[in-house]
Amino acid sequence: MGLKSNLHNLKEKYKGTKMAPAFNAIHTFLYLPNETTHGGTHIKAADDLKRTMNIVIMALVPCLIFGIFNAGYQHYAAIDAASGVIREASLFSNFITWDNFVVGAWTVLPLVIVSYGVGLIVEFIFAVIKGHEVEEGYLVTGMLVPLIVPVDIPLWMLSVAVIFGVVIGKEVFGGTGMNILNPALTIRAFLFFAYPTWMSGDKVWVHEAVERAGTADAISGETLLGAYAQNSSLAGIDYMDMFFGFIPGSVGETSKLLIIIGALFLIFTKVGSWRIIISTLIGALTMGLIFNGVVSAEWIGESSKFYGLMNVPFWQHLIIGSILFGAVYMATDPVTASQTNKGKWIYGFLIGFISIMIRVFNPAYPEGVFLAILLMNVFAPTIDHYVIQGNVKRRMKRLKVKTA
Amino acid sequence: MSNDIKIKKGLDIKLVGAAEKVTETAIVSNYYSIRPEDFHQVTPKLIAKQGSKVKAGEPVFYDKANEAVKFVSPVSGEIIEIARGEKRKIISVKIQADKEQSFQDYGKLDVNSASAEAIKARLLESGCWAFVKQRPYDVIAKPDGQPKAIFISAYASAPLVADLDYVLQGKETQLQAAVTALSKLTTGKVHVSVAKKGNSPLAGLSDVTLHKVSGPHPSGNVGTQINKIDPINKGEVVWTVNAQDLVIIGDLLLTGQFNAERIVALAGSSVKKPRYFKTKLGSEIATMVYDNGVDKDGNDRIISGNVLTGKQVKPDGFLDYYSNTITVIPEGDDYEFFGWNKPVFNKVSTSRALTFSWLTPNKKFDLNTNTNGEHRAFVITGSYEEVFPLDIFPMQILKSCMYKDLDEMEALGMYEVAPEDFALTEFVCVSKQPHQKIIREGLDLMLKEIG
Repeated sequence: MGLKSNLHNLKEKYKGTKMAPAFNAIHTFLYLPNETTHGGTHIKAADDLKRTMNIVIMALVPCLIFGIFNAGYQHYAAIDAASGVIREASLFSNFITWDNFVVGAWTVLPLVIVSYGVGLIVEFIFAVIKGHEVEEGYLVTGMLVPLIVPVDIPLWMLSVAVIFGVVIGKEVFGGTGMNILNPALTIRAFLFFAYPTWMSGDKVWVHEAVERAGTADAISGETLLGAYAQNSSLAGIDYMDMFFGFIPGSVGETSKLLIIIGALFLIFTKVGSWRIIISTLIGALTMGLIFNGVVSAEWIGESSKFYGLMNVPFWQHLIIGSILFGAVYMATDPVTASQTNKGKWIYGFLIGFISIMIRVFNPAYPEGVFLAILLMNVFAPTIDHYVIQGNVKRRMKRLKVKTA
Repeated sequence: MSNDIKIKKGLDIKLVGAAEKVTETAIVSNYYSIRPEDFHQVTPKLIAKQGSKVKAGEPVFYDKANEAVKFVSPVSGEIIEIARGEKRKIISVKIQADKEQSFQDYGKLDVNSASAEAIKARLLESGCWAFVKQRPYDVIAKPDGQPKAIFISAYASAPLVADLDYVLQGKETQLQAAVTALSKLTTGKVHVSVAKKGNSPLAGLSDVTLHKVSGPHPSGNVGTQINKIDPINKGEVVWTVNAQDLVIIGDLLLTGQFNAERIVALAGSSVKKPRYFKTKLGSEIATMVYDNGVDKDGNDRIISGNVLTGKQVKPDGFLDYYSNTITVIPEGDDYEFFGWNKPVFNKVSTSRALTFSWLTPNKKFDLNTNTNGEHRAFVITGSYEEVFPLDIFPMQILKSCMYKDLDEMEALGMYEVAPEDFALTEFVCVSKQPHQKIIREGLDLMLKEIG
């Protein structure tokens, strides 16, 4: 009772002042507000935006924890590999270990803290300046960002990118709910185009690979996609490793199993759109099949630089790279996705289709998912427009039949 | 010959406190009040003055825009107060009732032989026109309008509302007279929709086209039925009448008297013994809610109407001109510790985001007036469509209202909707946006700009 009434008194005190949004953001984090309905319906459903966003974060936490262990595991595995020992991944004997956790936590948690810290500061500043409440959108963005960057990204780069992403990607459009581009992907795109050496290549995906490059202790920091793009492959990795996620990659996107569990959770809670997730996967498989067809028709030979990735069996595209992560957590962002149910099918399909196309045709940067999603973010309103025009035309037709 | 309408999208909000089917006669109210705000878009011009005596059914004011549309006193008595607000806008006309009621006599009208003009003139002079509403715009019908059809929903699907099958029992003669009269006012049909399961007194009427609806709320909303039966196109007008108001219309035509009596349900979780009352339009709420009802100093909200579309009234307030339900639910003006992330079992939700109402589809909930979160911009998509059966894109039409694009509002189907059609989308809205208000303002804007 004490805390509740004290906070209530403070809220009344701050009411109408510049600091009110900042205070309310913290207050409503602790307590569901005492607001009642006025006009309109007198009762409201239990869900609010905080609850919805919280569900997405809960779906992401397993990926984050796995990412922490994987960061450590890949670090030690690469050191072993450099000395000629090929590791066999095993969940309990060499994956969930204290050493892995320590290395992972020291590299990943700072990313999380910087992402949330910087992003929320920007959000609070904008809320105070513009006098609106702090909206919850960044809670998810802040969680997504550390999961989609390479593990060793310098923290200052991340800070700059987060500020850019939140301001240009979201606030200039009017804040949560108004943005055109997914803010998390805007941040990643900024990093990719501003600091390409830190976002791609064969050094950045494993902890310390960059620092050790060129020294006697050099280790490989390459991803599967990178290897495929150069028509080679990584030693000692089988399909189950890809599926469970014991592979190098961005922090949180390697474990397909946990992403699938997260996806099922999102679909079950009706927070994520099953239409987008499924249609993205269909789109990706379709493009994969087309490329497989091109290879088996022998239109391109083994000498082609596209051969490596085109030759990947279509279903394997889903377990390498970040297509699954993108489909589940990025493409489904309701603000930037298509907003009509029919539109969601088209939107998702094109994301999957274009992702694999970029993946195959762009050997310099063999992951196309984020570009594909950003591209479709831009076209989502267009897709919606045509879906809605269908409804409008039906209405017009009804009128014409009447008057004829 | 009946047609079936099956509604799939929607949501039945099951609440504690449905009225038991016993009717009591309410304590006779000393004061009655007519509030012009019940008649949306009507600018009242007073006929009677403060201190003047009126009979039951005698006009008190008329609509400035349509002088023929009169609004009458539900009882005989003396006008004791005309409350005014800013710019001398009339808030309410308060009438002290006589002990002995006397009625203005309009004379009987044989609906089978009467002409359309005679019926229309009778409804207008006797104040019954107020019960005839039109779409587009959801306002009182323009008397010179040519409706392509008239729609009557005899199925109330909203939470805790009066059961129309029960309250209309034994009123067949009045109902028949009213629909026969209405059928002469349109070139099209009079569509009456009744519940598929149920025994509606309206099911046996002649001069109507009968439809049987089934499915969750808003299947009983007349807007849903219009959309499924004969959607409104640009330039067309349909009229709607509440089933219960047909009784008053029927009474007037049969006896020549404006009989404002109606049976209302007193419902809601704050009411000790929810039941039905026989009372009159505009009577004091206090005559009904306290006896075996709510605590005098309880922290409750009294709603004239249902929990989705009704108006909040004070305990000393008055029954709305169109309502047949009074709902009382607890206020939710308290904080809830970590209310946004802990699992929720005692509130309704259409998602499964750690909300568990999907586990107990038949459980009756005791909801309060808390918003369960703060107002936000539109973020979530796809949730409105699950509870919105009309062939319209709900979120897009709401947004077009917000940025006031008249062309787009028109193209997206604004002529077909009324605020009540958006009550469920407002209920489930994660961003807590005021959908009904947005639609109402949109309709008002269109009425002003396009007319």
